[in-house]
Amino acid sequence: MNSKLILGIAKSLLLARWRQTLVAAVGVTFSIAMFITLLSFMNGLNDMLDGLILNRTPHVRLYNEIKPSENQPVNMSSEYRGSYNFIKSVKSGISRKELYDSGPIMQAVKADERVLGVAPKLTAQVFFNEGTIEITGVINGIDVEEESRLFNFQDYVTTGSAIDAKNVSNSIILGKGLADILVADIGDVVQVTTAQGERFSLKVVGYFQSGIQEIDKVQSYASIGTTQKLLGQPANYITDIQIKLTDLAMAPVVAKEYAQLFGADAEDIQTANAQFETGSNIRSLISYAVGVTLLIVAGFGIFNILNMMIYEKMDSIAILKATGFSGRDVNRIFLVIALSIGFFGGLLGLLIGFGFSVIIDNIPFDTAALPTVKTYPINYSPVFYFIGGFFSLITTYFAGYFPARKASKVDPVEIIRGK
Amino acid sequence: MQDIILEARHINKQFHDPVTVQVLTDITFSIAKGEFVSVTGKSGCGKSTLLYILSTMDTDYDGDLLIEGVSMTGKNDAALARIRNEKIGFVFQFHYLLNEFTVLRNVMLPGMKLNKYSEQEVEHRALERLKMLGIEHLAHKMAYRVSGGEKQRIAIARALVNDPFIIMGDEPTGNLDVKNSEMVFNIFQQLAEEHNQTLLIVTHDQGFAEKTERIIEMEDGKILRN
Repeated sequence: MNSKLILGIAKSLLLARWRQTLVAAVGVTFSIAMFITLLSFMNGLNDMLDGLILNRTPHVRLYNEIKPSENQPVNMSSEYRGSYNFIKSVKSGISRKELYDSGPIMQAVKADERVLGVAPKLTAQVFFNEGTIEITGVINGIDVEEESRLFNFQDYVTTGSAIDAKNVSNSIILGKGLADILVADIGDVVQVTTAQGERFSLKVVGYFQSGIQEIDKVQSYASIGTTQKLLGQPANYITDIQIKLTDLAMAPVVAKEYAQLFGADAEDIQTANAQFETGSNIRSLISYAVGVTLLIVAGFGIFNILNMMIYEKMDSIAILKATGFSGRDVNRIFLVIALSIGFFGGLLGLLIGFGFSVIIDNIPFDTAALPTVKTYPINYSPVFYFIGGFFSLITTYFAGYFPARKASKVDPVEIIRGK
Repeated sequence: MQDIILEARHINKQFHDPVTVQVLTDITFSIAKGEFVSVTGKSGCGKSTLLYILSTMDTDYDGDLLIEGVSMTGKNDAALARIRNEKIGFVFQFHYLLNEFTVLRNVMLPGMKLNKYSEQEVEHRALERLKMLGIEHLAHKMAYRVSGGEKQRIAIARALVNDPFIIMGDEPTGNLDVKNSEMVFNIFQQLAEEHNQTLLIVTHDQGFAEKTERIIEMEDGKILRN
């Protein structure tokens, strides 16, 4: 009953000065709307840019790095165990790039329940021959189906069909930049010379576009079988095992474990792409900072308007107190006024912010570098809406707190005598 | 002696800003139920200050104030607000209605705050008071749309809504013309005679004061004549 009365008084005071109320509420609405739009758009962009690299990067990569042996023979000799051994001019040994026992490793990894999928890969350094010109390039031998399932390979094949790389024998999917240099259309045959000096003819079945031009000028894809043939290697020759996990955060732990278990080198995504996470974090941080700044500015607006309202309503406050409203009641009335400005302004702001997000989401964004993106990216995470709503209430509460306290301390005697 | 409902014991008050001034000196008196008392005196003699102390709004004084035999000293803001709400009705020189509300809501406010009756009952009581003062037809007008004399009558209706033990007036006729002053006085008198309502009215209007049952005359913060 009492709170209903206080709400009623607050409502009357609000509506009596509805223009001021509107200005205050519009301030909150605007800042919340911008907060939501900004965060949704920023995070949409972040997700897109991360996706550009992270979606196509294995969470854990198993491979053999060419490096000098850590255990030089002299160290293993029992005779010199107690002495300091200085070895000069250590060279990398003739170690194979091939992963030993790749078949059993893949089976073991597939059986791990933390693993979403496994895709084998091998790379071959080649020269593409165009007349007398030789262009260096890399042919990645991949399992097209697994690669598509785990790393969205088919999304980046802009012309032709990804699966043709598997179905058509001696076929290749060229990077768009590389294809432009070679002037190779779909169905054309390109000449390739391997590092071993062997020449092959490969049929172009598609173009590949990653969005990163440096990659597109060098990389091309073929099936594992075709690549093994290029290198003159048997069917079990694999240089990389790419692993996608169910939880990306576990990658460092899993990588360490597999490195020990399989005696191979293992690299996790966090180590390989540390800079991307940093970039995303900083972008998010900036958008939060801007959003919160907007809200604080709106908060000052509310603070001003409430302060003015209290000066205007001194008489009313005095009479309320004289007729039996305590300081706490008056305090509550003004807090309710502030919070309802925050609540309704914020609610409207959330809706408008959502509207802006939808509009941005429908603006065409055609760029040759990003074949899968057709409109500006937006992240509709409800988290932003919770934060926005929460902040609008918090800022208006604090904006109302001091004016309300001032109102509660108004001495009715002073006001009534002052007349 | 009749039931004492308000008693002041040795009340002293000083203003400290900018220099210490003794405003009230050793004020001691009591008011019994049903009395119609006026406090008179020249401007600055402390009569308004006394009223605000008696009304519990001003707590910065020495001495003791008893309402219905209960001391008001040391009570907190909320408790005093409750006492004002329940036991004291106010009429000021300037009407002091809330312009954001209708006349009826204005009269209802203290009743709603008291929270003793349901909303319908409070509304009914408010309408009764308005009818008694002959201004029922104004009930649904906005407060700022009625005339000065009407506003003062609305303020009296508001003072009455909780059936207070005492009505306090600070120059209730000070801002009104002769006709309206007359009307307000008649209302007070009617309340005193017909409803046995206790009234304590501060006024500098000698004509008004002389018509009341009892006059307390003040000068320089002291009671001159009681």
